[in-house]
Amino acid sequence: MTRCSSPAARRYARRLFVAMAAYLVTLVLAVAFVRDGGVTGPLAWLLALLPGLSVASIFWIIGRLLVEETDEYLRMLLVRQALFASGFALSVATLWGFLDTFGLVPRLPAFYLAVLWFLGLGLGNCWTWLSDRDTGRSP
Amino acid sequence: MNNRLKVLRAERGWSQADLAERLGISRQSVNAIETGRYDPSLPLAFRIAAVFGQRIEAIFSPAADHGEG
Repeated sequence: MTRCSSPAARRYARRLFVAMAAYLVTLVLAVAFVRDGGVTGPLAWLLALLPGLSVASIFWIIGRLLVEETDEYLRMLLVRQALFASGFALSVATLWGFLDTFGLVPRLPAFYLAVLWFLGLGLGNCWTWLSDRDTGRSP
Repeated sequence: MNNRLKVLRAERGWSQADLAERLGISRQSVNAIETGRYDPSLPLAFRIAAVFGQRIEAIFSPAADHGEG
């Protein structure tokens, strides 16, 4: 992500920490009460949705970083990484979908699309780091 | 786009971090602009010009392959 500690980047880190903590807590609750505890009905729906909402909130957090980051160059890098992540996740999901259709690979839960997107964001970050290393740096 | 950022900065004895602080941007951004990897927006170009007390066209010029450099 943005590599300097701008105020927006610090807010992003704080929000991300809260979202990840919420994800872990709600996942434990959902497993304990829905999968192992036999809870059904509206409460089961709510408990099953909470981990997903926690992950979905990370997309909002990244969106806020894009809005709040005042450094236009760092903002451009983040947009580039997000576009790379989107292309990567959608491409892999499409290929997997066709392989699944013809019975060549197992069917996976849909939330793996989010996992792929975050993986793509990480790869995009590496790509940015490799292609954008400081050159001709002066003291 | 070509620019004279490095020369102007050296004339004043400023580091990239010094210039970044004066502009309110990251040092990475200054480095990317200075090395031609990123062309700043017009508002940022005006800020850079103001920091150096020069006109934009005295700092930035079109690349040679654009016919005017």
